[in-house]
Amino acid sequence: MRRPDSACPDFHFLSGMNIAVLQFPGSNCDQDVLHLFATGLRLPTRYVWHKATSLGDTDLVLVPGGFSYGDYLRCGAIARFSPVMRAVQEFAAQGGLVFGICNGFQILCEAGLLPGALIRNSSLEYRCLTCTLTVEASTPTFSPATLGATIRLPIGHGEGNYRIDEAGLARLEAKKQILVRYAGNPNGSLADIAGIRNERGNIFGMMPHPDRAFERFHPSQDGLAVARAVLATKFPEILKRSA
Amino acid sequence: MKINVFVTPKKNVLDPQGAAVGHALESLGFKGLKSTRVGKLIELELTAADTPEFRAQLDKLCRDLLSNPVIEDYRYEIQ
Repeated sequence: MRRPDSACPDFHFLSGMNIAVLQFPGSNCDQDVLHLFATGLRLPTRYVWHKATSLGDTDLVLVPGGFSYGDYLRCGAIARFSPVMRAVQEFAAQGGLVFGICNGFQILCEAGLLPGALIRNSSLEYRCLTCTLTVEASTPTFSPATLGATIRLPIGHGEGNYRIDEAGLARLEAKKQILVRYAGNPNGSLADIAGIRNERGNIFGMMPHPDRAFERFHPSQDGLAVARAVLATKFPEILKRSA
Repeated sequence: MKINVFVTPKKNVLDPQGAAVGHALESLGFKGLKSTRVGKLIELELTAADTPEFRAQLDKLCRDLLSNPVIEDYRYEIQ
């Protein structure tokens, strides 16, 4: 990691960070999530094409929303076999930080990086609205203490209905792996689950979009705090930085 | 060789699509309906010998890609 450029207050050592946004054919929130981290948090963020076999020097991998491979077969099922996902598997196995949003969450579940699966909304409708989410005390940096008891984030999905078997759910609860729950369940998700992390605490996934909640014209600005809470898992310095 | 792979939602997994189709069937006056489940049929055509190794490969393919074992079951018919 590069050292700070002290001449500019915006540049401390975090500016040496390297954030990768994966791009699959059919990803459509790649620019949104890049904008969140590059403009919202002012961190160096770049795209990595799905055919890349290496991530290069990376501190955080973002798996964006969209409809990778047209959602064919099952959402996220084909993206999982992209060359870049092998590199993500290795990166994650070494403890690297990974964050999947919406279709990115579906891809991480399909890839087995997160437990469970996402099926068709119980209403069968595509749901597009801003949801109130209750924040769970999941990690020292992802908790009501850092984010507030509730946050508001938009959702936009047809397959966000989280499913896992009973033993799996018990394990998620026991290990505090649930990050956020819907205050009013929009899709039928088991236990109102909107987002989870893996047991080790380096892989995060959620259906709601922090990347659609940080500009003044967005329905909420809670996305910045969510992005920071995820990053702070490995880089607590981010919490000291002002918005 | 022709293989039909049937992928269906697990019995204990909610099937919103099946439920909606079931409701539509009832509204058409279809009586006595107990359950409706909607799945997929995947047709494969290939040249291979039906050996135990091939079956093992086919099962792996079904588990890894064609179905998601968390939410779906699969079975296949070889013609």
